[in-house]
Amino acid sequence: MQETTANQVAANATSSFAEHLQRQRPDLLPFGLQGSGQQLPAGLPAAPLQAPHGTTIVALTYAGGVLMAGDRRATMGNVIASRNIEKVFPADQYSVLGIAGTAGIALDITRLFQVELEHYEKIEGTLLSLDGKANRLGAMIRSNLPMAMQGLAVVPLFAGFDRPAGLGRLFSYDVTGGRYEEQEHHTVGSGSVFARGSLKKLWRPNLTEPEAVAVAVEALYDAADDDSATGGPDPVRQLWPVVYIVNRSGAFRVPERELAAVAGTVIESRAAARREA
Amino acid sequence: MTQQFYVSPEQLMKDRADFARKGIARGRSVVVISCRDGIALVAENPSPSLHKIGEIYDKIAFAAVGKYNEFESLRQAGVRYADVRGYSYDREDVTARGLASVYAQSLGAVFTAEQKPFEVELAVAEVGTSPDEDHLYRLTFDGSIADEKGFIVMGGQADKVSEEVAAGWQGELDFAAAIRLALAGLVADKEANTLPASAVEVAVLDRGSESGRGTRRAFRRLDDADITAVLVEEN
Repeated sequence: MQETTANQVAANATSSFAEHLQRQRPDLLPFGLQGSGQQLPAGLPAAPLQAPHGTTIVALTYAGGVLMAGDRRATMGNVIASRNIEKVFPADQYSVLGIAGTAGIALDITRLFQVELEHYEKIEGTLLSLDGKANRLGAMIRSNLPMAMQGLAVVPLFAGFDRPAGLGRLFSYDVTGGRYEEQEHHTVGSGSVFARGSLKKLWRPNLTEPEAVAVAVEALYDAADDDSATGGPDPVRQLWPVVYIVNRSGAFRVPERELAAVAGTVIESRAAARREA
Repeated sequence: MTQQFYVSPEQLMKDRADFARKGIARGRSVVVISCRDGIALVAENPSPSLHKIGEIYDKIAFAAVGKYNEFESLRQAGVRYADVRGYSYDREDVTARGLASVYAQSLGAVFTAEQKPFEVELAVAEVGTSPDEDHLYRLTFDGSIADEKGFIVMGGQADKVSEEVAAGWQGELDFAAAIRLALAGLVADKEANTLPASAVEVAVLDRGSESGRGTRRAFRRLDDADITAVLVEEN
């Protein structure tokens, strides 16, 4: 194609913050990219790198939106690295993001993704579509593939309210950036097998918002019961899961007070049942 | 080889300044007013999608008059500068002062080194926790920078508009009153005595965005219905 000024201008016009960084400041990207001088050394290290890992995230749809919840534990090998880490974040006004995997990289990818969406909104003067957001996140996870191959994987869960369609939607990813739309509910992280079993029994169509919060907290409780890397509700330190709901009016964090009550109900009902498992 | 004509630096700069001033004077005006509730930005602009006012960062907004493609490229550069800075340091390390000085340097470099100067005038506004902590910077085509108090008026009939706004300005105004004052200023040079909501572009930097709306992003664009509501409040 002829290299006209117009072509050059068009090629340089980007609304993507990540693309801008890749061109101008590759050293600031959380994942190694060609030319950034940040690639991990070739060859696998003798032992896997010890770094804190985020564990379980659950997400489910309900009548009027979608909800995402994460436990508060990060582990490093068999040690609890943090009891009060937060792993679910608002991505923008209408979407939230939960992350499992290597915590340090995951937190940076989250931050980059938040700026990416806000940057697009400011440059273009309009919000990105929900599918657009989901695709951008997939591209970022794919960029992290070289790190994932060396044991520093990040697996996100993305949920948002699709305003034109008027419903909450849910997306999961694999380490290659593959994007899969999930129906009803999904979970990621080390406790996900147990949380999923729990969700299968507790979830039903047209849950109300308070019911959905209760289901998410109970699913996390079940995951914590069987997975040592997932933290349960902690009444001693007054630590409860982080829960975000996304509906037509936006993304909101469920207040601690409400979560304390919901977690209290789950613990009480389990104690009252007097069953081993 | 053709001989170049000698032009004295004084003459060269004066010609460029005159050229830029003429370009700016053709444009419609923009008013930026600091008030009790925050900072109101009001522009006469019939287009609903080509904005003269834009969000740069959490507490920082941008307003411009002049040539659209030139100030739009400056706005985008500002957003990139602010986002990179906020991402690499922290969100609170992005300030209007830093942004304004980057703009001043770019405008100054273009004015002296390029074929033609930018025909633009910019305002960079940052809302603080009280009106005393608001920052309003005015930047002109040659890279001059001025730190203004209270309000900024830019554009074609800036003198007339400025007189009107100065007469009514006080720090205790709320958003509705500040926007009405700005609109009264904008019609000062016209035969009509009001502007319809569709002919103006209004945005605010909300001082209480964190407590009131739960967002650190103070910038909010008002749609036509909001503007009409503000105008009706008067009666």
